[in-house]
Formats: sequence, C-alpha cells, structure tokens
Amino acid sequence: MSEDFFQGYKGQALEVLKKYNVRVWGQATIETSRGNFVGTVLPRSENDDQHHIVLKIPTGYNVGIDVNNILAMKETGYKKANYKIPEKEFPYTEGLPKVKLIGTGGTIASRLDYRTGAVIPAFSPGELYGAVPELADICNLTTEKVFAVFSENMGPMQYKKLAVAIGKEIENGIDGIVIGHGTDTLHHTAAALTYMVQNPPVPIVLVGSQRSSDRPSSDAALNLMHACYTAGHGDIAEVMVCMFGPTSDDYALLHRGTRVRKMHSSYRSTFRTLGETPLATVTRKGVKPIKTEYNHRRKDRKATIMPYFEEKVAIIYYYPNMMPDMIDSLIENGYKGIIIAGTGLGHVNKPLYPALDRAREAGVAVYMTVQTLWGYVQMFVYETGREMMALGVIPGENLLPEVAYIKLGWALGQTSDLEEVKRIMLTPINDDITPREPYNGYLIYQGGVPEVEEFIRKFRK
Amino acid sequence: MKKKTDALRNYRETMKAIGYVTRKKATQKDYDRIGFMSGLEVHQQLDTRQKLFCRCPCGIYQAPDDYDAEVIRHMRPTLSELGEYDGTALMEFKTRKEIVYRIKNATTCTYEVDDTPPFPINREAVDIAIQISLLKKLNIVGEIHITRKQYLDGSIPTGFQRTAIIGVEGEIELRNKKVRLIQLSLEEDSCREVSDIGHTRIYRTDRLGMPLIETVTYPDMVNPDEVAEACQFIRFLNRSTGKVRTGIGAGRQDVNVSCRGGSRVEIKGVAHIKWIPELTHNEAFRQWALLHIRENLLEKVKKPEAWQMSWQKIDPVYFDFRSKILKNLKEQQMELYAVCLPRFGGILSHFTQPGKVFADEISDRLKVIACIEKPNMTSSEDLKPLENEEVFAKLQKILGGKTDDAIVLFWGPAGDMATALETIEERCRMAFAGVPNDTRKSFADGTTIFERVLPGADRMYPDTDSAPIPLKDEHIERLSKDLPLEAISAYRKMQEWGVPEDTYHYILKKNLFPLLKQMVEELEVEPVFAGTLLGHRLRFVEGHYEVSQGFRYEQVVEILKEIKARGLDREIIKPILPVLVQHPKMDFDSILVSINFKPQKPEEVLSGVRFLKKKYATIGRIQDEEARINWMMGQLRKNAVGNISLNELREALENGKK
Repeated sequence: MSEDFFQGYKGQALEVLKKYNVRVWGQATIETSRGNFVGTVLPRSENDDQHHIVLKIPTGYNVGIDVNNILAMKETGYKKANYKIPEKEFPYTEGLPKVKLIGTGGTIASRLDYRTGAVIPAFSPGELYGAVPELADICNLTTEKVFAVFSENMGPMQYKKLAVAIGKEIENGIDGIVIGHGTDTLHHTAAALTYMVQNPPVPIVLVGSQRSSDRPSSDAALNLMHACYTAGHGDIAEVMVCMFGPTSDDYALLHRGTRVRKMHSSYRSTFRTLGETPLATVTRKGVKPIKTEYNHRRKDRKATIMPYFEEKVAIIYYYPNMMPDMIDSLIENGYKGIIIAGTGLGHVNKPLYPALDRAREAGVAVYMTVQTLWGYVQMFVYETGREMMALGVIPGENLLPEVAYIKLGWALGQTSDLEEVKRIMLTPINDDITPREPYNGYLIYQGGVPEVEEFIRKFRK
Repeated sequence: MKKKTDALRNYRETMKAIGYVTRKKATQKDYDRIGFMSGLEVHQQLDTRQKLFCRCPCGIYQAPDDYDAEVIRHMRPTLSELGEYDGTALMEFKTRKEIVYRIKNATTCTYEVDDTPPFPINREAVDIAIQISLLKKLNIVGEIHITRKQYLDGSIPTGFQRTAIIGVEGEIELRNKKVRLIQLSLEEDSCREVSDIGHTRIYRTDRLGMPLIETVTYPDMVNPDEVAEACQFIRFLNRSTGKVRTGIGAGRQDVNVSCRGGSRVEIKGVAHIKWIPELTHNEAFRQWALLHIRENLLEKVKKPEAWQMSWQKIDPVYFDFRSKILKNLKEQQMELYAVCLPRFGGILSHFTQPGKVFADEISDRLKVIACIEKPNMTSSEDLKPLENEEVFAKLQKILGGKTDDAIVLFWGPAGDMATALETIEERCRMAFAGVPNDTRKSFADGTTIFERVLPGADRMYPDTDSAPIPLKDEHIERLSKDLPLEAISAYRKMQEWGVPEDTYHYILKKNLFPLLKQMVEELEVEPVFAGTLLGHRLRFVEGHYEVSQGFRYEQVVEILKEIKARGLDREIIKPILPVLVQHPKMDFDSILVSINFKPQKPEEVLSGVRFLKKKYATIGRIQDEEARINWMMGQLRKNAVGNISLNELREALENGKK
C-alpha cells in the first residue's frame, strides 16, 4: 500500500496540498493574504474542519493556515517525525516479585495520535521502563496486551477474557497482577473481576490515570508504581482499584472492587469507597491496611474462574414522571434483568407499577438499588415499597447500582432460575453487600464550614 | 598569604585580558568587538475580567501565607511531539523537587491545579491579543492551535503552559532602526513563587491562568540601550490599546543575549526595563569571559574529552577549619567532599561578571540542580577565602593534585552528593565547549545567576484537550478598525523630541499630547521640560492633592502663557500646580501670593550667598565644595523659583566660588 502523504486532510485542504505538491511532514513556505508563514506541515485531526492546514513553525508552536487565504505554497524539505518512547530492556532483579501488567488500552504511557488528536498508549515493558524507570526497583515486570479498547468500550466479552487471562497467570505462578485500564468504567470491570475471579491467591490491582502520561503532572507514573508495589509486595489478595487518595502526589488508596466508584469527572482522587472504608493506603514504601479483615496472600495457585455474563441486563435511573414504556420496551426487547436506581430508600412512581407487574410475568429479574449511592434499600418503611415488592421487585441491600448491574449479569449468566439468581444476588461477595454501615462510611464534607476548612488547610487535599 | 592575592589579582587580570569595560565607558565599538546580540520576549498581562481557560477572576492576589488548601505535585519529563526529551525537563527532574501549591478558593478553581480540563478560551483575551498583533504588523494565523509548553519547574501545576500563536513575522520601528518580530503568543500566566529551599518549592496560584501575551523579537539589537528602547516601545504598543494591566508584575520581560561565538542565554523575568542595559552588557561580557576560559583550557588540556576530575569524601575531623560553616557540618548533618579539577588553576577565579568568578558558576548550579543551599562550596581560588591556604594544600595532597589544579570543597545533605558531583563535573566539562545555554535570573546590580537549562523547541506539544479556533477575515477586519493609531504617532513625536519615555504612558492615557504639542510648538517650551511637567509633576500632583472638579488640563498651558508674559522663570509652574488643581478659579496673582512668591532680580536672590557661606562653615558636616553648593541651593531655592532658573543659580554659585 502506498504511503498516506496527506494524513487526516480532506476536502478543500487536501486539494490545496495536492495542488501545490506539499506533503505532510514537508517543510513549506506559504504565501497568504495575511503574510508569509514557514514551517512543517503536520497531519490534521480527522474531526477538525477541511479549511485549514496545520503548520509547526520553527519555534515549535503549531498554527493553522486558512486555505482560502493561500496564494502560493512550496515544499522546501521533508522530515518525518519519529515519535518513540525510549525503549530500554526492563532489567531483571533477583529477589523481586514477578508482576504481570495486563493492558486493556488505558493511558499509562502514551504518545500522540495525530489521526484523532488523542493519545495512544505505549506499553511494552521496555517502553514503560523508559518512561517510569522506578518500576525496576519494585518488581520484575512483564506485560501482555489482552486487547486495546477505550474504557467506555469495555464490556462483558472483555471481562470474560480478562478473567481467563488472570486465571492463567495465577496458574503460571505470578506474584501479582496489575491491570491497566481507562478510568471511566474501571469500577465496572473491578466488580466484574471480583465475581469472575473468586478467591485469588495474589493481589489483582486495577489502575488507570486521570491525567494522560503525556503531561508532566500525570498521575500515571505514580499510580503504576503504587499498583506494582501492591501487586508485588502487598498481602491483600483481592480484586482492588488502586488510585490517588488525595489529589496531591502523595499516597494511593486500595478500594475493594465491589464498593468503589468514580465520583468526579476529572479529579485525580476520583475513586472512593462508598459505605465503607478503603482497604489500605499505599506509598512507595509499603501497603498499610486500613481494614483488618481481608483475604491474605497465599502460596497455592487455586482460584475459581467464573467467566459468565448475561448481556440482556439494564440499569434504569429513575426520574419523576418516568413512563411505564421505559420498562415495557426492555421487556419487549427480551431483557432478562433490570436494576433500578430508585429514589430515596428505593422508590419509583405508581404509574410504573403495571409495567413492573408485566416484567414479573415475563420472568425478568428486577432488583432495586438507590441512586443516593450511600445507604440501604429499605422498602418496608413506606406502603409503596411494600407494594413494589409484591410486584416482584427485590431490594438489593446496599449494592451499588453499577455493582448490582454487573452482579445480575453474572448471576443470570450462570442460571435462569430466578430463585437461584436471587440467592446469588443476595449472598455477599467481597463486601458488595455489607451487614452494617460504619459511621465513617459516608463522609462528604461540605466546604465553607469552619472545621472543614481547617481540616483541608491542615491536611492537604 | 600569597594565594589570596593571586585570586584577586587573577580576577583583575582576566577582566583586563578580555577587555571588559563598564557600561558607562562602553561604546558601540566595544559591543561590535564582542559581537553583542540581543532579543526580547516581552510579557504583558491583558486586562480581562476572567482567566484565560477558566472563569476565575483576574487580578486578585493573596499574601504568601494566606491560603485555603495545599496540593503537592512532582513533575516528570515527557516526550515532545517530535519524540524528544527536553534538556530543561531532564534537569528539573534531577532536582527531585516537591512542589507545593497554596490555593485560595477566591482566586483558584480545580482547573488551575489540573483537576479539571480547560474551559473554552477567553475570547476577550483573544481579541485583545489580535489587536496588539495588528499593531505590531504580525501575520495573523488562520487558526489558533493551543499548544502545551513544558515547564517542569512547577510554576504551572499541569507541568505545561497552554499557549497559542496569534501572529508571526512582524516588526516595530525604533528611532533609528526596525526590529523584526518572530511571533506573538497568547498564554496563561504562571504561579508566583513563595519560596524554594532544598527540595521544596512553594507557589501560590493567584496569578496562575491570567491571560498574558508574549512578544518575541529577533536578536536585532546590537547594544544594551537598543534593547531597552525596543522593550519600551513594545510595552507602549501593548498599553496603547488600554486593554492591558499595569502595575507591578503586569509587564515582565525575558532578555536573550549572546556574544560572538557565545550561546543564546535567556535572562528571565527582568522586572524593570531600566535594568536591561546593565544586565545585557554584563551577560555579553560574561560570555566573552567564558570563551576566554575555554581558550585557556584548550591550550592547557589537549584532549578535553579525556579530562576527568577526581574527588574524595572528607572527614572534617581531620581538619582544623576556621569557618563556622565547616566547623558545624556534623551538627547540620552535612557531608563534605573535596574535588580536584585538573588544570583549572586560574580558571576558578577567572572574571565572569563584576564581582563574580567562574567558581560562582559552579556554586549556582549546586544550589539549583543539587538543591544545596548557599554557601555550598569554597575553593582554592576564592576572592574572599573561607579557609586557610593550608587546608587546600592538605587537600591537594590527599587528592594528588598538581600545582596547576584547582581544589573545590563542597558540602550538603548526603542524599544530594551524587547529583552535586555530577553537576560540578558537568559544568567544568561545559567550560571546554564555551557558553552553556542557560536561563538566568537577574539582580538589580546587573548580575545574573544560573536558573535552569534553556529549554528548546522540544518542549512543545499539541494540547489534546482543546480544538483549533478559526479566525475569520471579517473578524480581524472588524478588530483592525479599532486600533490606537493616533497614540503611536504621538509616541513617535515625543521620541523625536527626546521626551523621557516614562512620561508617555500618562500623557497618552490622559490625552495630554495635544497640550504638550501646544507647549512645544506655540510657547516654545523645551520638550523635555514640557513632557516631565505633564508626565511627572502633574501626575504627582494629581495623585497627592484633591483635584477640584473645575480643573481643566488646558489651564496648565494658560498658566505657562502667563508666566511667559510676565517674564518669570517657568520653573515656578511646579509649585503653582498643586494650588491650581485645588483652586482652578484662583487668579494668577493670588496664586503667586499663596505660594509666597516674591519677585526678585537674580542679584537679589544671590545677595544672601556671602552669609550662607559663613553659616555653612560653622554647621556643614561635610566640608567640601559640592556639599556646600548643594546646601546653599536648598536654602536659596524658594526665593529663586520664578526669578532665576535653578541651572543659572547653580552656575552662579559655582562661579562664585572662584
């Protein structure tokens, strides 16, 4: 195949480049009605318009030239950029634990993708070592790219693949597993892996970054160090999410895969344990447990891999005036399970009741969770709750809505017997349902309150 | 104490050898001889209500210890778009700095601390930047691309500055030449530093994110005064729009300097334009000195690539140090190292800047790169020796040094020693190559110190968080209809007249130029007098007295006319101004009464001289001629004003002594 000399250019801009015989990566002088410009023609992002040419000027900046203003153009040289993260062989150190990094497409170390203007990940151990050399002091790292998808494109197929890959690594004697993952649905995957990989003998640590590693202030490097430390040296053999505790470059928190949720669209400290305390804190010096009860690291290689998932499951987020056809359409489309994120203690409005009744008749498993995120479903307090239970809606205790969704998919993947599904759903796994909510499980401090302000000032955010 | 004089003498001799002259004595010939070359990067804050990429307010500042929260970051170098690491980035990484940001809720949101992606760019700022670009005859880009410029010093929490080119290839016209402009960019301002001690650097984030433009010139300036003139004019063009901030820190400049055979060195954040001439002068000569050092070294060392220093950890117990700092090393938990620099004899005390020698180049880097606070070293060639010669003689023996070698003794926390040794070796190796590409920090005395390695184009990266912004022809045309062209022609006229530049801003802001013109052209007042009368005196009076609502600027000209008509000395307008602005309806005679003016002939004014001379002989503390005349001027001034010009008075006094 011939080389694409006009990467990303379309329409008018492409015509102009062709007319004057100037290629992407060509050094060009451009005469325009706004004066002359000199620089290297860069590829153009596919989503940008067709009327501009991107030029890197000698000072390193990029500018766009409106093709309508171009009077003449000439290519005076050609130099293609060779963007490569320096690759060094990852050194093996006797005595350090073996850690496997499984890649799914997150941005631990990345480079620019001109086509989309976004960043694409670098991944080989050599590349990672080039970018984060400190890793070599923590563990002996190997990597495997299981697939490359953006976080939002992760789904059941990927969960199953991951679970199987993890099972294989455990069998092969790995000391710990790190999974690089985009952060948007990191907590869905964490829940899925908790259910699909039961009783693992080693830590399974999911990690991502909130700031891509192409920026100096990225959290990626530190997250990766924390995750590798946890996987290689930590004693907690569970599926965990390892991300920044505070927004500062300080320590990470380890969250149980079943109680964790992304709580801010962009903060570094976006992941929080809800309704419980996190498992532990991690620094580069060690893992310090917060919870006293957890599954300890074992020498054996026994883990139960249960890669099942029923895809016809949905979450509906209830809002006032929701119409019954929302539920009817799910029934008609053959959905087998519905998680409702209800208001307050777990409520929906009355007009939905007939639809809920139809769902029960169609054999759809319907579970109630709370959109308040904190607290338990309690459907006995009000008459309406009791009515709903009579219509077959099962209270999901304090399962987080996303976790309930994953669990229902996993349960329905194993059986279509609704009683059995109910047994699975309501049997606590790794604290997805807790018997009690501790006093410090719900802490959302309000800014402005003097004590809180004092706390923030004293203990860096 | 033979050594001691050696260092000082060597300093003086090398200063002479390179042909250093002070700026006062320097002529264009001197600058041509060393190939002086300089360019500017002039920064100017724009006067917008909100910041460039978020909706925080601009121009609200916090005290260093007034903050609501702190955030800590560590910066890591990343690859540029073209796949290279930047030199500065690698240096900053070496420093292992912990950066602390002090955040005040009133001035900073989650954007500034990099916890929220950018909001769409502030269009008000874009428009001001375009207008200023048009004034500078720059070619406006078709589409603004926001770029990330890496800054690993922590001055921006993201580790990069969002910046965008608005125009390229322009020019400005100075008195005698045109200076070409490379580009104008619109960028976000950085944090203000609170402190930088050891491995902790603290910043406050109030200024962070405010819109700033940077005008970059080609290195077209060939002497220090030209640099200042160009800077002055660029600042004026910025201000002429009335849409930029003024006051401390609102305008700052980086000055690039090199000499022939030298390298581009950036003097960063020069706060006052008046500092520029001295700084650029000294920097050009510093480079000239470094080239001389290079020459010396290459003569002595035939294979520079094989040059190597030797070093050893020293136990202070075996030395009888006399300086307090070396006596107390153990208590301070510091380690001590001695380094032998082969063939560096006479190099460490080689002149570099007034009062500074090559050893300072090493010490500066130890502070910045290894984070060891000063004083951090002493050497066998200190201008002011810290230790006896015997100490160095002993060290020389330990290290096996020869007579032509130099010994450096340095100290600091154990964890910083490896970096320190690397730093010393690196700087010495650079001496063989000539002038390192530094970014340097400036001081009021005209000297500079190393701040960091000069960054290159490798620190640029497209901002993946924002889309390009097209600039349509119609929009630019609309903006170009609203340019302050009259102000520019007024500026040129004042420049031609030799009116001091620091008066322009006030004169133009208050629209006083027509009055100035009238004074000069109709009343034949000297332009310098007229300019300073308006730009200094009137400005002072307006700031210090209550100005009546009835006061009109035209009255200043009317008063001058009256003074001329009565044959008074025009100096009298200075005491008149305060009365005039407070009582604009007062007639001229009453004004004269209110300032206690007594009409006297010059002889009458001078009649008291004899008495004053006698008096001074008894009360004067410094009995010299100049002091006496100054004192007498003070005594006579009040009577003289209006009757005799102060210059004439001084002349009369000076002649009187003969």
